[in-house]
Amino acid sequence: MSDPMEGGVVAARWRRGPLGWLATVDHKRIGLLYIAAASVFFVLGGLLALLIRSELWSPGYQLMGPETYNRVLTMHGTTMIFLFVIPFLAGLGNYFAPLMIGAPDMAFPRLNALSFWLFLFGGVFLYSSFLTGSVANAGWTSYPPLAGATYGAGAGIDYWLMGLIVIGSGSLVGAINFIVTIWNMRAPGMSWGRIPVFVWTVFVMGQMVLFATPMLTGGLILLLFDRNLGTSFFGSAGYPVLWQHIFWFYSHPAVYIMILPAFGVISEILPVFSRKPIFGYKALVGATVAIGVLGFMVWAHHMFTVGLNPTAQMVFLVATMAIGVPTGVKFFNWIATMWGGSISFPAPMKFALGFLSMFLIGGISGIFQASTPLDLQLHDSYFIVAHLHYVLFGGSIFGIFAGAYYWWPKMFGHRLGERLAGWHFWLMLVGFNLTFFPMHLLGLDGMPRRVSDYPAGRGWETWNQVETVGAYMLGVAVLLFCANVLLAARRREPAGDDPWQGNTLEWLTSSPPPAHNFHTPPTVTSLRPARDRRLGPDHAPAAREGGREPHGNAAAAPARAQAVAIHLPEPTPWPPALALGTTLLAAGLITTLVVAVAGSLLAAVALLMLVREDLALEREEGAR
Amino acid sequence: MPKRIRRPSSIVVAALAVLIASQIVTSAAAAQSILDPVSPTAASLKRLYQIVFVLGVTVFLLVEGLILYTAVRFRRRDGDGEPKQVHGSAKAEVAWTIAPAVVVLGLAAASYGPLLEQRAAPADALVVDVTGKQWFWEFAYPEAGVITANELVVPVGRAVRLRLASADVIHSFWAPQLGGKMDAIPGERQGGHGRNEMWFRAEREGEYWGQCAELCGVQHAGMRFVVRAVPELEFTAWLAAQAAPAVEPAPGSLEAAGRDAIAGLACVGCHVIDGVEGMVGRVGPDLTHVGSRRHLAGAVFENTPENLARWIDRPAEMKPGANMPALGLTPEQVEAITAYLLSLQ
Repeated sequence: MSDPMEGGVVAARWRRGPLGWLATVDHKRIGLLYIAAASVFFVLGGLLALLIRSELWSPGYQLMGPETYNRVLTMHGTTMIFLFVIPFLAGLGNYFAPLMIGAPDMAFPRLNALSFWLFLFGGVFLYSSFLTGSVANAGWTSYPPLAGATYGAGAGIDYWLMGLIVIGSGSLVGAINFIVTIWNMRAPGMSWGRIPVFVWTVFVMGQMVLFATPMLTGGLILLLFDRNLGTSFFGSAGYPVLWQHIFWFYSHPAVYIMILPAFGVISEILPVFSRKPIFGYKALVGATVAIGVLGFMVWAHHMFTVGLNPTAQMVFLVATMAIGVPTGVKFFNWIATMWGGSISFPAPMKFALGFLSMFLIGGISGIFQASTPLDLQLHDSYFIVAHLHYVLFGGSIFGIFAGAYYWWPKMFGHRLGERLAGWHFWLMLVGFNLTFFPMHLLGLDGMPRRVSDYPAGRGWETWNQVETVGAYMLGVAVLLFCANVLLAARRREPAGDDPWQGNTLEWLTSSPPPAHNFHTPPTVTSLRPARDRRLGPDHAPAAREGGREPHGNAAAAPARAQAVAIHLPEPTPWPPALALGTTLLAAGLITTLVVAVAGSLLAAVALLMLVREDLALEREEGAR
Repeated sequence: MPKRIRRPSSIVVAALAVLIASQIVTSAAAAQSILDPVSPTAASLKRLYQIVFVLGVTVFLLVEGLILYTAVRFRRRDGDGEPKQVHGSAKAEVAWTIAPAVVVLGLAAASYGPLLEQRAAPADALVVDVTGKQWFWEFAYPEAGVITANELVVPVGRAVRLRLASADVIHSFWAPQLGGKMDAIPGERQGGHGRNEMWFRAEREGEYWGQCAELCGVQHAGMRFVVRAVPELEFTAWLAAQAAPAVEPAPGSLEAAGRDAIAGLACVGCHVIDGVEGMVGRVGPDLTHVGSRRHLAGAVFENTPENLARWIDRPAEMKPGANMPALGLTPEQVEAITAYLLSLQ
């Protein structure tokens, strides 16, 4: 495609105002929407966490009764997993995976918008249960029969099930988009061996979502049937433990869905701030793939107390321990990347080191629970609460903040303040450890998880109070980050295109990048194309101005040319309309039929309009 | 900058080390700790914990030490040129693939023995049927025909085999000092394998607390129990007393008034008192010997006259969400029923 066409696209694709955002099909805007919406859910989930910690300040009920407590803990877990970590990382992937492979957009921009709006509307629908007075209360795992019709009365759990079905559909559609994009739309010269590690992790994450999410959706539908149509898949005529197999077949891979992209972020940051290439690229990518595969073979380690036979338990024990091997490989490769480097410590690097240290503890505490007999003690105790937070907070969230500080200048054109970032980091590190480390000790002292109250005289008070103090420190740390964002937005100190001397393609374009990402389509000759460009033509061939460059990768080139031809549709309001219709359909099925009918009509119209757009586009291209 | 990195990190690390060490040393004080085992099943899990702990802390100190050392030693200094661009080393990578593999295989091997031990109940074990109900634990001694709640009384030194079931949702039986937890799953034959079982042998006299470990509804936190290990003779006497029907109150006494009141109220639908006509309900705890129990309402409260009276009168106030309804009793009824129930020794 010629430049004039791209110029026209720029004008059309970046409409101003809220409607422009609603109708956007630009991967960067959709990425920002993901990040913004997920951040709002992060704050909500964090407030729920503070409610939990306040209630557990001391024995007896202080704030709320046990019923409210169960709702709060259910929504905290559900929010943090399904509405924050997964979509936030999807947002980072959305924004940066196309940039890092030198693509003008995702492979299916309108599908991309659809997946975001499904996530947002599904999340809002899930939260709307707060207005009905009945909120899911069976934990984020919602084990039947507790979550079944008899013992899980009220619409709350139906909202939860339907909400997750909608959110999961968005996630699934997004995964397909990631896979196709990364497979087909890489810049000339970017062979599989030159794909940045972050993009690899997004790729593997997409595959995991693709394989795991349908399983969860199937389970959610069965439970929905049990609750509303009188089936008994998991009830007295069925087998309640079957739900756990289905749920964990998704939810264990979900842990890697939440951690692999964070691994990817860290793998981008460490080389840049150590001024060295990533150590053992192939092993690191191999470990990512290995974790993606092994992640599907360990689900029953969440079920060591349900009475599996010893052979099955040993198999899952060994498979679980085996994940320690690729994880160990990653750790040593990360350290070796820093070894012998020239390391600076701005905010992204601080959080990357925080990630290494905290995720290390989470990995080691996981080994305790991988040991089946030991898990009989640790399972469902506060030890597991400690472990999962060291993995998902110490791992994913430290990774998310590392990524946020690292890519902020690219996304917004200005940097976040270093001083405030330092305070944010240290307060978060200390608060995190105060909140979650004592949970190991409480677990060893026999305190079960998910209790709304605990007896005096077990020696549990002190640690609970330490944890509550730590949790409020975490709250303040997040506020510091928000302040940093606001102050930086007011200061608007220009960051330049490449503030960190980065390695990957996103640093070759402007900050923020133009609608079509690159003025000159980039060429890739190594794993670090931005560095190649910086070091000049003596070091590696730089991309020539204008025209097409020599193709390093014959397979990727035609695909990309094609991509430019098809993949820049105009803004369209129909993806959000389709998502809204779908959500209303889901909502109507468990509330009033009228809403369901209206929702399906809206969805049908939106689908037709999307098809019409397609046909128009084809005609236009045929005419050209 | 590097100074800032080093100081607080080492403080955190040192604090963690002290915390962990103190945990291992001073565990004995806690009443529900997995580190204060009284059964061989729990003791072998503590040993396994210590093995994994030593290994885990060693790995942590090595790797974290390496991270901090690398960060400090290779921090950027003025005039740093571009460092040597090392892309990898096959030898090193093979080494650090094999090292964790050896460690985790060792841990898997160390887990095998304790895993089998948890399931190998001695043949002469005392059998107790444990049923989780929202929200208390019911204990039945099938050979003696005894059903009780909240307190599992066992003889010291004798193996006890628990057969777990649930009347409603999934519960999980956990007395940390006596062994790992096991789920109590509703349904007659779960997955064709029959009920879940576990066993323990209390080696010391004493009271060992436990509670439900699987979220089971509103009062999940209020589903506790205590295992009371008593000498064999005391146990035999206790079991014989529990097997007897309820004590008959003296005619005309307050207790008799209580019994008559209870027999005419909704209580009969949910509770059993062996000897009182029509009390056949199996939803709530068996009350035949409720006066002999030290705890009530899922072992959340001590069984004192005041607590019992309040529990009968206004259960939701003591345990929000509990299934026992307030029946709108008169103060006289409450007094009489309390007296009667306490007389059921």
